[in-house]
Amino acid sequence: MSVTTSPVYGLLAEFDTPAALVAAARRTHAEGYRKLDTFSPFPIEEAWEAIGHHDRRMSFIVLMGGIIGGLGGYGLEYWVHAMAYPINVAGKPLNSWPQFIPVTFEMTILIAALSAVIGMIVLNGLPMPYHPVFNVPRFEHASRDKFFLLVESTDPKFDRQRTLEFLKRLDASEVNEVEP
Amino acid sequence: MDPKPATYPTPPLIEPGHTFGSITDKISAVVLSGRQPISWFVVLSIGLMLVGMLGMAITWLLIKGTGIWGINIPIGWGFAIVNFVWWIGIGHAGTLISAILLLLKQGWRTSINRFAEAMTIFAVMCAGLFPLIHTGRPWLAAYWLFPYPNSMSIWPQFRSPLIWDVFAVSTYFTVSLLFWYVGLIPDLATLRDKAKHRGLKVAYGMLSLGWRGSARHWQRYEHIYLLLAGLSTPLVLSVHTVVSFDFAIGIVPGWHATIFPPYFVAGAIYAGFAMVLTLAIPLRRIYGLEDFITMRHLENMAKVTLLTGLIVAYGYISEAFFGWYSANKYEGFMILNRMTGPYWPYYWTLVFCNIITPQWLWIKRVRTSPLGLFMVAMVVNVGMWLERFVIVITSLHRDFLPSSWGMYYPTMWDWMTFVGTLGLFITLFFLFIRALPMISIFEMRTMAPEARMPGGEGH
Repeated sequence: MSVTTSPVYGLLAEFDTPAALVAAARRTHAEGYRKLDTFSPFPIEEAWEAIGHHDRRMSFIVLMGGIIGGLGGYGLEYWVHAMAYPINVAGKPLNSWPQFIPVTFEMTILIAALSAVIGMIVLNGLPMPYHPVFNVPRFEHASRDKFFLLVESTDPKFDRQRTLEFLKRLDASEVNEVEP
Repeated sequence: MDPKPATYPTPPLIEPGHTFGSITDKISAVVLSGRQPISWFVVLSIGLMLVGMLGMAITWLLIKGTGIWGINIPIGWGFAIVNFVWWIGIGHAGTLISAILLLLKQGWRTSINRFAEAMTIFAVMCAGLFPLIHTGRPWLAAYWLFPYPNSMSIWPQFRSPLIWDVFAVSTYFTVSLLFWYVGLIPDLATLRDKAKHRGLKVAYGMLSLGWRGSARHWQRYEHIYLLLAGLSTPLVLSVHTVVSFDFAIGIVPGWHATIFPPYFVAGAIYAGFAMVLTLAIPLRRIYGLEDFITMRHLENMAKVTLLTGLIVAYGYISEAFFGWYSANKYEGFMILNRMTGPYWPYYWTLVFCNIITPQWLWIKRVRTSPLGLFMVAMVVNVGMWLERFVIVITSLHRDFLPSSWGMYYPTMWDWMTFVGTLGLFITLFFLFIRALPMISIFEMRTMAPEARMPGGEGH
């Protein structure tokens, strides 16, 4: 590879196995790098642990979605049958809650599931058709059979030459610069 | 790491010798190679012809009204409800495979979940069509079914199981679609990277939302995938429960039974697994996917079919038992009429199909023979359709007053609509096979031996 003087987005190291990627990510994190990411063709729990990432917000978002859906579903039924359009059937109470449970339940699930998917997409910053890592031709293997470790140039510890040498020592089969 | 002692030998879920690359290539080739086996064209053509017939049947229905069907009073629910319940039940196996087996950590679900989920979505589409056209004027159904502020200031009756059904089925469809799409995102990225044609790259790229396999993304992805599975599990159980409420909330003998919810859910999974087998056995053969959909998968599905078949048998037996034990003359007559009345051949064929036939699955030779399994599955498909016919028709046709008894005979239009939805299902399914990977590629990669992490049990 060639080292040019134009600015770079980061350095991308390629590995052949998930184990090599995780080992390298752990070493890089231990070295003090924080603006890290790994790319793999399938989820690797150890990889996000290695780069110190764990986002627990999704649980909260889905819980809120479920609560809003449930209250909204019941509220709609209560409003329709007790307030907006009351129909007295055989003297039974207008707020006949046992019969409102199925729709309340379905609405809970519906809004929780929608907030799960939309929340995941938004927090992941998707849709994002362009990203600098796609500039590396080898990167098309990230959706197939190779594993990549990215150190971003915005990391305070990032030094083009030193970081490159560090990554090369990590059993990487190849290290590429990522154009911004 | 301590190698765990093997307690008993388990056949592999994926034939040996596969790597991340070979898995990716083999599954994506079905979509990207541009070549399809001749049987694909044959089946799709048949499907499209049947869709044409469905279009004709629906057009005539909209012109003339539901009088062209065999329904009458007392049998106001004919084929439309029979087919609705049958189709929606088939969908349940897809969700069971994708959600419940995921939560139970059943690794074998991986190679069958994608097309089982597609089956769910298409089956629910076919199911949803029936109540909609059964209204006779589907363009008015919006304010009958959905609560929206309309100019007449009227609202649907939320105390009615039919409205519960609308919410259950539309939620089920939406959540199944979301679950399926989320599962597809990483595979769409694979297709984007592998496609040669620029237009295809753009199309798959858009659909994949620019997925790049970042660890931060995977973490949230795995998190919500698990949450979606957790949400889908009670959902799928609720859907057929609510469908059974359509019957059980009424007071018609043969419908008003507390056994209905569990019995319907088991029947749904039973019918669904039979349909998954019906699809999987020819598919793995046509596309040479025996390495991924192994004998172990087929055998496991056969076992689930047998188990749920036994629960269904228990349902039939308890129905008959309650007919006698309730000492209610209407319930007693209903079950006697089912067994010996004018529809007796349907009842006894159903007993043959759903209780006797699956007993073959006790035999390992049958469970491990694709042809034997396929034949059992086909018989169960027919049997489960008959079950719905028997529940809907025989309960309605002779209820309380002999003066209002009647008979139901499906017309040509009933048959055309039913067979037409089979065509719609086949067409959608074969288009899906052509355009999207029918096996989850990224989840299959985790099954490859290379994916195993030292110190871990793999992923």
